[in-house]
Amino acid sequence: MENNKISCAAVAKIKEICEKHNNDAGELINILHETQNTLGYLPQEVQVIVAKNLGIPATRVNGVVSFYAFFTEKPKGKHPISICLGTACYVRGSEKVLDEVKKVLGIEVGETTPDGVFSLDCLRCVGACGLAPVMTIDGKVFGNVDPKKVKGILESFVTAD
Amino acid sequence: MEQNKINLTIDNRPVSVEKGTTILDAAKSCGIEIPTLCHINLEGTCVNNHPASCRMCVVEVAGRRNLAPACATACMEGMEVHTNSLRVLNARRVILELILSNHPHDCLICPKSGNCELQTLAKKLKIHEAPYEGGEKSCHPVDKSVSIVRDMNKCILCRRCETMCNDVQTVGAIGATGRGFDTTVGPAFGLKLSESECTYCGQCVAVCPVGALTEVDNTGKLIRDLANPEKVVIVQTAPAVRVAIGEEFGYPAGTIVTGKLVSALKKLGFDYVFDTDFAADLTIMEEGTELLDRLQRFLSGDKSVKLPILTSCCPAWVNFFEHQFPDMLDIPSTARSPQQMFGSIAKTYWAEKMGIPREKLVVVSVMPCLAKKYECGRDEFKVNGNPDVDYSISTRELAALIKEANMDLASFEDSDFDAPLGASTGASVIFGATGGVMEAALRTAYEVYTGKTLEKVDFTAVRGLEGIRQADIDLDGFTLKVGIAHGLGNARRMLEDIRSGKSQFHAIEIMACPGGCIGGGGQPLHHGNVEILNARQKAVYVEDMNKPLRKSHENPYIKQLYEEFLGKPLSEKAHHLLHTNYFNKAD
Repeated sequence: MENNKISCAAVAKIKEICEKHNNDAGELINILHETQNTLGYLPQEVQVIVAKNLGIPATRVNGVVSFYAFFTEKPKGKHPISICLGTACYVRGSEKVLDEVKKVLGIEVGETTPDGVFSLDCLRCVGACGLAPVMTIDGKVFGNVDPKKVKGILESFVTAD
Repeated sequence: MEQNKINLTIDNRPVSVEKGTTILDAAKSCGIEIPTLCHINLEGTCVNNHPASCRMCVVEVAGRRNLAPACATACMEGMEVHTNSLRVLNARRVILELILSNHPHDCLICPKSGNCELQTLAKKLKIHEAPYEGGEKSCHPVDKSVSIVRDMNKCILCRRCETMCNDVQTVGAIGATGRGFDTTVGPAFGLKLSESECTYCGQCVAVCPVGALTEVDNTGKLIRDLANPEKVVIVQTAPAVRVAIGEEFGYPAGTIVTGKLVSALKKLGFDYVFDTDFAADLTIMEEGTELLDRLQRFLSGDKSVKLPILTSCCPAWVNFFEHQFPDMLDIPSTARSPQQMFGSIAKTYWAEKMGIPREKLVVVSVMPCLAKKYECGRDEFKVNGNPDVDYSISTRELAALIKEANMDLASFEDSDFDAPLGASTGASVIFGATGGVMEAALRTAYEVYTGKTLEKVDFTAVRGLEGIRQADIDLDGFTLKVGIAHGLGNARRMLEDIRSGKSQFHAIEIMACPGGCIGGGGQPLHHGNVEILNARQKAVYVEDMNKPLRKSHENPYIKQLYEEFLGKPLSEKAHHLLHTNYFNKAD
């Protein structure tokens, strides 16, 4: 999937974003933010195009993309899942929730299901510690998640589609 | 009074330094050594890495809460620095133990063993146990290219290689990706070096303090070939090897050991010991003639002619412009490098003369360079799959082989290179230093262009260690404008000037490594001591002065080669055997 050529429109859009920032390599992080907001993710090909536009080595772009957790080189699923591993959620068993999600979907953290429906990430605290353990899907917060409930929650998203 | 001076004490010793001086440099100026690991600074060149990432150089500054990294902390008026207080010694030890907790302990079988800065520090600080266990960096497969081996399991993230590749060489083939234990320094997207823009200049290897970046070792292959009675094995040695290999045997930097080197090679069992210098003289004949040809066409109004002409002896430089300046492939000279000219002549002219079939002849080169290993394998330098130069070993590899054979260079008498491919002039020796190829070319070009004898052969204006140099050379009324750049970052500036039409030069010499081949990626490690490069450079010019002949076109065997075989420079045969094409490697 990652090897697919990105569209001419996307290439033009990246160029436009870079030009908006005067092709200034000092603006790299902002450029990557906008590019990811537009395209959803930053695959290798996109990073190479950004590097060429800015006249910097691809290693520098890749260094930034791979350093910050916010940037993703893989496409997110239609329904991105985040599981809180912050202290409160963790002590209340969020790791077991995570294991269950992994088991049900058959993917690891940072991956997307082959059908593109779900992607899985972890985060630290969404500010809902009273509801621990917490999981979010599409930004919607699920509190007091029992691993046994995970399958049902996920299925509700598939059914809604 | 001296207004810009700052007064401080280091270990209770009063020191006065220029404003902006780091504590590390101030300590050095009064003979106090502070251990470093990530830091490297080749003064007088553009090589300077002080990310303060390893923290080995921490010192105590009175009144400061935390310890200060000496390499990145500027001296302040009245500062009181302690480099060996108990607090410092303790911190230094813990820092080193932490670094070692994330580094394999397989020193016995590491190619860098005995030459590793981390190992040296561990020995100095008497680290005899590994108190920290736990998280370790992720496991990486070893990436072996034709020249360089990357073993990121051994990387300590000092970032020296990254500085060389990005800031000094402006190649940008490697950089840090990931974070925490996943951090690795390498090509983007986890690609291999062979899939990147790497030029194989080897400057990353030259500065790597540990065994993370090393050269491909061809000595095993060489031992097998030398032991094979079916093979005739001949060797060529590059100019910069003879002024550096002595260092591996305890000689001071800059000791010329040419005669002993030849003896050692003979003792190792090479059937003939020849000299790349012979081919350097040949290069001058071809490249010099090409320069004059382009110049004369230019002066007679030919608008199609490309000037300046750029030298093409350096394989890392060739890789650089093939990757980064593919629109300018018609500007460099088409002359092959001396290594390849040697191989080509050895496997045609000489082999025919000796009645040795090509497949029985093994041509080995000893080079100060890692890119030469790559160059040997380029398809255009093969005949029916058989390479003109079979493989190359570095100065370091040869030193290791001599030691493996229980020989000491010091125990040898001097010997001479074998004829005819061992004969050379002073002009070829200086190929080893930045400015040398240009100077050698000028010695011949002057005489050919003017028809007069050049009395003073030393063109000192082109010598030195400055990154970019220029000189106006008077060719009997015509002013030849020449430029010299060493280090690929400086080369890039030269090329950008040519591209934008700003360049005023007729000819430019470029060498990829700081200092030229004397500072090559295959040379004995300088461990950041620029005096070693200075001493090698001086030695190159001493060797030149000691030669009875100092102009390439006066080499009697070169004359014979043209008479018997090639005809004249740029002849059809010379084009076929001694010139090459360049390829667009941008995508």
